[in-house]
Amino acid sequence: MTLTQRLFAPGWYRAALGASLGFALGMSIVVVVRSLYGWDPILNWDAIITVGGLIAAPLGYLIGIGCFDYWFRWAVGAPTIPEDHSGHGAYSWRDYFRVNTDHKVIGIQYICTTFFFFVAGGLMAMLMRAELAQPGTQFVDPNTFNGLFSVHASLMIFLFIIPVFAGIANFVIPLMIGAPDMAFPRLNALSYWMLPAAGVMMLCSYFAEGGAFATGWTAYAPLSTDTPLGQQFFTLGVQFAGASSIATALNFLVTIITMRAPGMTFWRMPLLVWANFTTSLLVVIATPFIAGSQFFVLLDRTIGTHFFDVGQGGDVLMYQHVFWFYSHPAVYIMMLPGFGIISEVISTHARKPVFGYRMMAFSLVAIVILGFTVWAHHMFVSGMQAWIRIPMMITTMLIAVPTGIKIFSWLATLWRGVIHLRTPMLFALGFITMFTLGGISGIMLAVVPFDIHVSDTYFIVAHIHYVLFGGSVFTIFAGLYHWFPKMTGRMYDETLGRLHFWMSFVFFNLTFGPMHLVGIDGMPRRVADYSEQFATWNAIISISAFIFGLSFLIFLYNVITSWRHGPLAPGNPWRAHSIEWQVSSPPPVFNFDEIPTVVGGPYEYGVPGAVHAVFREKEPARAGGVPAPAGGGGAPPPGDP
Amino acid sequence: MSERERVQADEAKGPPEEDPRIAGEKHPVARMIAIGVFASLVGIAITLQIDWFPEPASTAADKIDTLYDVLLICSVPVFVLVMTIAIYSVVRFRAKPGDMGDGPPIHGNTRLEIIWVTIPFIMVTALAIYGWITLDDIEAKQKNDMVVAVTGQQFTWTFDYPSERLKGTKELYLPVDRPVEFRIHTKDVLHSFWVPQFRLKSDAVPGLTTKIRVTPDREGQFEVVCAELCGLGHSTMRQFVHVVPAADFQKWVSDQKQAAGGGATGGGGGGGGGGAAAPNGEELFTSNGCSGCHTLAAAGATAKVGPDLGKLGKVDAAFIRKSIVDPNAEVTKGYQPNIMPQDFGTKLSKEELDALVKYLLESQQ
Repeated sequence: MTLTQRLFAPGWYRAALGASLGFALGMSIVVVVRSLYGWDPILNWDAIITVGGLIAAPLGYLIGIGCFDYWFRWAVGAPTIPEDHSGHGAYSWRDYFRVNTDHKVIGIQYICTTFFFFVAGGLMAMLMRAELAQPGTQFVDPNTFNGLFSVHASLMIFLFIIPVFAGIANFVIPLMIGAPDMAFPRLNALSYWMLPAAGVMMLCSYFAEGGAFATGWTAYAPLSTDTPLGQQFFTLGVQFAGASSIATALNFLVTIITMRAPGMTFWRMPLLVWANFTTSLLVVIATPFIAGSQFFVLLDRTIGTHFFDVGQGGDVLMYQHVFWFYSHPAVYIMMLPGFGIISEVISTHARKPVFGYRMMAFSLVAIVILGFTVWAHHMFVSGMQAWIRIPMMITTMLIAVPTGIKIFSWLATLWRGVIHLRTPMLFALGFITMFTLGGISGIMLAVVPFDIHVSDTYFIVAHIHYVLFGGSVFTIFAGLYHWFPKMTGRMYDETLGRLHFWMSFVFFNLTFGPMHLVGIDGMPRRVADYSEQFATWNAIISISAFIFGLSFLIFLYNVITSWRHGPLAPGNPWRAHSIEWQVSSPPPVFNFDEIPTVVGGPYEYGVPGAVHAVFREKEPARAGGVPAPAGGGGAPPPGDP
Repeated sequence: MSERERVQADEAKGPPEEDPRIAGEKHPVARMIAIGVFASLVGIAITLQIDWFPEPASTAADKIDTLYDVLLICSVPVFVLVMTIAIYSVVRFRAKPGDMGDGPPIHGNTRLEIIWVTIPFIMVTALAIYGWITLDDIEAKQKNDMVVAVTGQQFTWTFDYPSERLKGTKELYLPVDRPVEFRIHTKDVLHSFWVPQFRLKSDAVPGLTTKIRVTPDREGQFEVVCAELCGLGHSTMRQFVHVVPAADFQKWVSDQKQAAGGGATGGGGGGGGGGAAAPNGEELFTSNGCSGCHTLAAAGATAKVGPDLGKLGKVDAAFIRKSIVDPNAEVTKGYQPNIMPQDFGTKLSKEELDALVKYLLESQQ
C-alpha cells in the first residue's frame, strides 16, 4: 500500500492523522472563540490542550483507527462493506493491533492492555514505597508524590481492575453461554479502543504544566477545581474509561439476556455469567454518576460554573455524594466478577457442584441492591447530616450477610471435594483468606465511632488493598491461570505459578498487614512524609513491597514463555463441565460449528454421566426420575473419564 | 430437576454416607470445633495484646478502644472459622496423584444456609446497635463546655477562643477535663481536624461549620494532624495541642492576650518589628500559609515544597513583591510553576504586602 492509501484505510496511520486533525480542530475552535470574544491571550494553551488534546484528538484517533467506519457508511446510506468476517480471529500478533470484532481477540486485547497499565501503576507504587521507606524527602518532592498516588489509584481502578474483568468476561462469557460472539461486536471493539486513550491521558498528565493530577483518585472538590492543568487529564480520562465501561456493560446485558444457547435457562447459567450480569447492571446504573461528578469539576475549571464554589452558591458536599454514589458500587463492580471466577475455579478444581447455587446467585443480586444504599459510609467525618450515618452503618454491615453466604458456600464446596491444588485453586484459597480479612476490616470501618478515628488513615489503605488486591487481583490471577490454556492453547508452568502465588501471598500480607497497625496508631494516608514514630514499620512495609513487586515478574515470565513454548493444551485440561471447555483450545474462530444445547446445570460434578451441554440435537432432558439432569448418551466432554 | 428438588433429594437420602477419607477420624467436626475454639482464644489473646492505639487522651478514646476490642473479639473467631474449614479441607480432601474422581454431588443444605444467614445477621445487627449507642455517647452535649473555633487553611491551623476573647493562635491549648466543642471551618479547600489521641476527627468543609465534642482527660502535648488531602503541603500540616491544668490554661490565655495587646499577636516571640498598628510580617507569613511550603529560618518554618525564602541571594523588594503576586513570572530552577497560589495579590492588602516583603527582605541570611 502506498502511504496515501494507508492514510485512508483504517489503521494506525489514519489514527495518527485523525488525532492530529482533531487537535488542530480543537485548537482552531479555541483560537476562533477567544479572538471573537477578544480574550487575551488568544493562544491559551490550557484551553487548547483541553479541547484539542483531551477531547478532539482522542475522538480523531478513534475515527482514524476505524471504530466508526461501518456506522458512518451505514449512516450516510453508502454501501457498507459486507461483513466478510475478516475482522474475526487473530492470525499473527499484528492482528491484535487493529480494530477487530472477534470477542476472543478483544478479550486478549483488553487483558494485555490492562496489564500494561497494571505494570505502570505498580511501578508508581514502588516509587512511592521508596519515598516512604524513611521519613523525610528522598526521591520525589511532595507534588510528584501526590501525583504518584493519584495516578497509581486511577490506573489500577479505571485501567486495570474494571477493564481486565471486562476482558476476561469478553473472552469467556460468549463461549460459556454458547453464543458465537457478543451481541454488538462493533460496539465491543469501540469499547476496547477507548481504553488506551483514557490510560494514555492519565499517564501523560505527568507532562502537563504543574505535574500530574495530585488530588487522589477521589479528586475531591474544591481542591480539584483549583489545581494545575494535570487535573483535566483525569477528569476527561475518566470520561473515556467510563464510556468504555458503560458500552461493554450494555453489551454484556444484551448478550446474556438474548444470546444464551437453547436450554440455558437463567438457573443453568454458570455463576461467572451471573456475576457479569449483575456487575453490568451496576455499571449501567452507577457509572453516569462519576461521569457527572467529573463534568461538574471540568465545567467549574474551564467555563467558570459554580458547582463547588461556596461563595457563589456551590455545594462542596454534593461532589462527595455524587462521586460515592458511583464509587461505592464501583467496589462491587471490581469484586462481583471475581466472585464469579472463584465459583468456577473452586467447583472445577475441587470437583464438586457449587454449594447452594441459587443462594450464590441471589446473594449477587442482594449485593447489587444493597450496594446502592451505602455510599455515605465514605463520608462519616465529612460534615454531612449526622443522622444519615446510622442507616448507612446498618446497610453497610448488612452487606456482610450476602458476602458471608458466598464465603461459606465456597467453603462448603471445598468440603469433601477432590481438591487439586493447582495455581488457580491456590489463588482462590488465597483470595478467600484475604478477602475475609478485608471483609472484617470493612465491618469495623462501618462502625461509626471506630471509623471516625481511622478514616483517612493507613487503616483505609490496608483495607482497600485487602479487598482490591487480596480480593480482586487474586481472583484475576486465579481466572487468568484457569483460562490460560483456553485463551492461548498452551499450558502454563505449574511450578512457576505456585512460586508466584506463595511469593505474592506472603509478601502481600507483610506489605499491607502492618498498615492496619500504623493507621490505627495515627498515620494519615496520602502523605509524602510522616512522623519519626512510624519509621520502623514503614521500612518493613517498603522492603516487603519491593519483594511483592518482584513476584509479579515470575508471572510475566511464566505467561510469556508458556504462551510461546508451553506444552499444547488439550480442549479441556481441567475436565470442567461448562461449555467453553467443550471446544478446542484456543477455540475455533466462530466458537461453535453447531450451537450447543444445554441440558443441565453447569457444575454437576460427581453425578454419574451428567453433562452441561451437548452438541447434537438430543431429546430434551427428562425432568425427574434420574438424579442427574443428563442428556443420557450425550457426548461426554473430551478428556472426561 | 431444579436445584431445590435436587437439594431436597439430597436431604431425603439422609446424611451422606461416611467419606472414606475421614472415616478413620472420630467426630471430625467436633475436632475442628475444638481446634477452632483454641485458635480463636489464642488469636483473641494476641490481638488484644497488641498496642494498637496511641495513648488515649479523651473520654471518648476509652470508649472507642473498648469498641475496637469488642470488634476484635467478634472478628477473630469468624476468621478462624473460615481458615479452619479451608485448611482442614485442603489437608483431608486433597486429590491423591492420579485421582480422577469427583466429590459427592452435594448441591446444598437448607438448614446450613439458614444458619449462615441468621448468625451473621444477628452479629452485625448487635454490633450496629452497640456502635450507635457508643456514637451517641461520645457525641453527647456536655455541660459547661468551652467553644474553640478551628480554622484550616493551606497548610496551617489557627484557633480562636470566643469565650476568652482570644483570636488567631497557632497553638491549641486546652484545660484538662473541661469539655470542648470544636467548631471547624476552612478558608480554602477541605481539611480534616484530627488529634489521634482524642480519636475524633471532622472535615473542615467550605461553607459549613462542622462540630466535634471532646473532653480531654490527660495532660500532655499531642499532634493536630490534617487527615484530608489538601494539596502540596498536606503532609506538613501538623501542629500541637497542649492539654494543661486549668490554671496553666488561664495563664497561657492571659499571656497570649498580653502579647496581642503589645502588638506582636501570635508569633512565638522574637521577630516582630513594626509599630503597633502596622501589619506584622512574621504573622502574615504564618497566617497566609507561606510556612506550609517554604523554609524560612527566621520564622522557624522548615517545609520544602517551595524554595527556601531565607536564601534568596541578591534580590530586591520589587522582585519579592512580584514573586508573591505573580509566582509564575520567574520560577526557581528545580521547582514547577502553577503550584503556588496566584491570588495573593488580591488576598493581601497593600499594607500587608509591604509588611510581608519588608519582613522577607530582613530575614535574608
